[in-house]
Amino acid sequence: MNVALQPCRHCGEPVTAMSPAAPDFCCAGCAGAFELLGEMGLTSYYNRRAFDPKVRALRPDEDEIASFDFTELASTDTEGHHHLNLMVDGIHCAACVWLIETLLQRNSAVLQARVNMTTRRLRLSWQGEVADIEDIIRPVMQMGYRLIPFDPAALEQATTSRNKELLRCLAVAGFAAGNVMLLSVSVWAGYFQGMGGATRDLFHWISALIALPAAAYAGLPFYRSAFGAIRNRRVNMDVPISLGVILALGMSLAQTIRGEPHAYFDSAITLLFFLLIGRYLDGRARGQARSAAEHLLSLNARSITVIEPDGTRRLIAPQKATPGMIVLAAAGERIGIDGKVIDGQSDVDTSIITGESIPVLTRPGTTVFAGTTNISAPLRIEVTATGGNTLLSEIVRLMENAEQGRARYVAIADRVAKAYAPVVHTLSLATFIGWWLIGGIGWQDALMNAIAVLIITCPCALALAVPVVQVIATGRLLRAGILVKSATALERLTKITGIIFDKTGTLTTGKPELVGEPQQDKLMLAASMAANSNHPLSRALVRAAGNVTPQTNVTEQAGLGLMMQGPAGPIRLGSRAFCDVAENADVPSDITGPELWLSEPGIAPTRFVFRDTMRSDAPEVIDTLRTRGFEMTLLSGDRESTVRQLAETLGITSWMARMSPTEKANHIQARADRGNHDLMVGDGINDAPALAAAHASMSPATAAEISQNAADIVFQGDRLGAVIEAIDVARKADRLVRQNFALSFAYNVITIPLAVSGFVTPLFAAIAMSSSSLIVIANALRLHAKSGKSDGVGIKPATTLSQQAGI
Amino acid sequence: MSNLLLLIPIALFLGLLGLGAFLWSLRSGQFDDMEGAANRILFDDDDVTPPGNSKKFHQGDS
Repeated sequence: MNVALQPCRHCGEPVTAMSPAAPDFCCAGCAGAFELLGEMGLTSYYNRRAFDPKVRALRPDEDEIASFDFTELASTDTEGHHHLNLMVDGIHCAACVWLIETLLQRNSAVLQARVNMTTRRLRLSWQGEVADIEDIIRPVMQMGYRLIPFDPAALEQATTSRNKELLRCLAVAGFAAGNVMLLSVSVWAGYFQGMGGATRDLFHWISALIALPAAAYAGLPFYRSAFGAIRNRRVNMDVPISLGVILALGMSLAQTIRGEPHAYFDSAITLLFFLLIGRYLDGRARGQARSAAEHLLSLNARSITVIEPDGTRRLIAPQKATPGMIVLAAAGERIGIDGKVIDGQSDVDTSIITGESIPVLTRPGTTVFAGTTNISAPLRIEVTATGGNTLLSEIVRLMENAEQGRARYVAIADRVAKAYAPVVHTLSLATFIGWWLIGGIGWQDALMNAIAVLIITCPCALALAVPVVQVIATGRLLRAGILVKSATALERLTKITGIIFDKTGTLTTGKPELVGEPQQDKLMLAASMAANSNHPLSRALVRAAGNVTPQTNVTEQAGLGLMMQGPAGPIRLGSRAFCDVAENADVPSDITGPELWLSEPGIAPTRFVFRDTMRSDAPEVIDTLRTRGFEMTLLSGDRESTVRQLAETLGITSWMARMSPTEKANHIQARADRGNHDLMVGDGINDAPALAAAHASMSPATAAEISQNAADIVFQGDRLGAVIEAIDVARKADRLVRQNFALSFAYNVITIPLAVSGFVTPLFAAIAMSSSSLIVIANALRLHAKSGKSDGVGIKPATTLSQQAGI
Repeated sequence: MSNLLLLIPIALFLGLLGLGAFLWSLRSGQFDDMEGAANRILFDDDDVTPPGNSKKFHQGDS
């Protein structure tokens, strides 16, 4: 029934006949944006741009401009210039970057406006009044971009600066490795062509001059980590690396001073160079996943509206609220604080806290919590708890307790290092003692052989085995919209035996859908009334009906329903009681779930039943996981009947309803104590402690902020298949890591006897080290090559962040 | 052999020059937005740079 028109000329979304600005635009906002660009002479934007279907459409939102206090995070420097960092939502392509920067720079107060396309952040500097910012950014907002101020200091600054340090070390090591290698190749060639001792010594001295300071600087990340590990009486991969590098350099320096032919400066510095490459790429891949996750989170950030005693309204950040403040929560808005309703009656969607899929009626006196969504009518709320007393901080405490178990997990590389380091160091000592006491050579030569053992076993391939695979696995998942935030997440994912799902918002979409086939005319009538309401059931009706014309004279009674004066009397749409339907009315009992009734004067009432629908691929995913032998559990805070229904549909035999956050976490803890390794998949605030307690955890990008922070992996999109994809990639990565370890050990088995017997020369060490590293990297790349195939449930590679992958 | 005395310092000097240039470009934020940098070359500069604004801009916050 929907006549297809041209897409909107501004945002490209479909225009319906109902659009106020048809036929060219979908809404008045888009028409305004188009006109504004025309006035500014920037219509070339429309020719340059390319839509990214994965990014939110550029539909301007009139309320958006008033939703933040932009001056709060602005900083002012000594010259009186103001600076502000903003997240930008809605960047489709480079033309968007151009448009935003140009729009801003048309304002003469703007000193600098620069969009970082990779991180989707805007840095803005302007002169004049701080408060001018709202006028400056208004044109950008009117185009349909969303701008959210953020504090750069609060966001992953540590990761960024760590990665920059690695890059600096990498550059220094690369420079030194190149130059030392230049000299070393000459020396090696000199073995065969008879280079004079003086020239060789000169080359060694120059190498020392380059390699020693470079290694002192570029090796810092390793030395620091090794020192930290030893101080805590642990051994990690960095201990043998640091030891190997330092001993190789020390011995080479001694050799150079004594004028001996063999020096290992090139081996030591090249080792650092290779390892830094692995480490930098590893850090960058995870940094990208993390910054993508942060971008998603900050898009949910909202200010709260405080009503002052004198009646004026003010926007503040939720964490600045103090008890006793009166906060206004508009219909459709997320409530930002814990408090008590003092005025207004509305429905509040509490699914994110309780898992309950049906909104709860709130009236003065009801307690509401931060994170829930106010649906039908404005509420005035008195703030009752802040800081450590809120429900959220209670959950954070539960989470911190639960997390302690996971902190004990030791990465596979460190477990290998723990077994490997003592063996190598004993071997080296034995070589020294053997040559000195039994072999009867001087202690200096014996020491040389012993150190050669350390150099040749120095775990170049071993230390690259994990990071290279991690980089490729993380990049592959990132392109599928799966963000791996934790370094050991993939390793832990391979160990899981059971999977625990939350219900609302995880297995289901959290949105009710109409079930059954109601009479078409009744549905159209009900939907036309429902079009006036934000209630999830009303919206479901409108969705089911398709294109409807909203009735104009409808009044909403929050928590009860909608009423309209019809020709023959009042028409009601709402709860059973609201429509005067007897509790024992004759209804088909096989369909249960939330319901709406439509009563017209003199006609039998019509019943509409709804169900929180499953994610489209949930049955398929659950089936696949079951055939692979995972033990499946459903834990929900929702009522028993709903949970049972879903569990039976999906064939999950083990389920529990009405679980509190603590009970969920305890359940997982108890299973862990029995030796189970569980993957928890959940989205609500009530799932956060369970996510932290589980061996590994995933949450959808629609999840509550705290849950996304607690989860190891965040996945975007509507498909649950991400769980399978993540497990698959984790298992493949694990297999490759093990193969890589096997390869490096095989290499050691061949080279160690040579080193022990004193046959190793610097040339041999360099060739062996490079070739083993290349083999390990080539093996890891196989994960990349297979990415075309995806067994089990296909994953739609749709993500707003795919362009960021770039690996 | 005496040409070595000249060539090695030259090689080192050029290498150091490259290293210095890289560290400088890293510090001045040129590696912060690789994707944007690739696309920016296609913009019309006349539209982007506001007249009379020559203030140097630092990306870093430290």
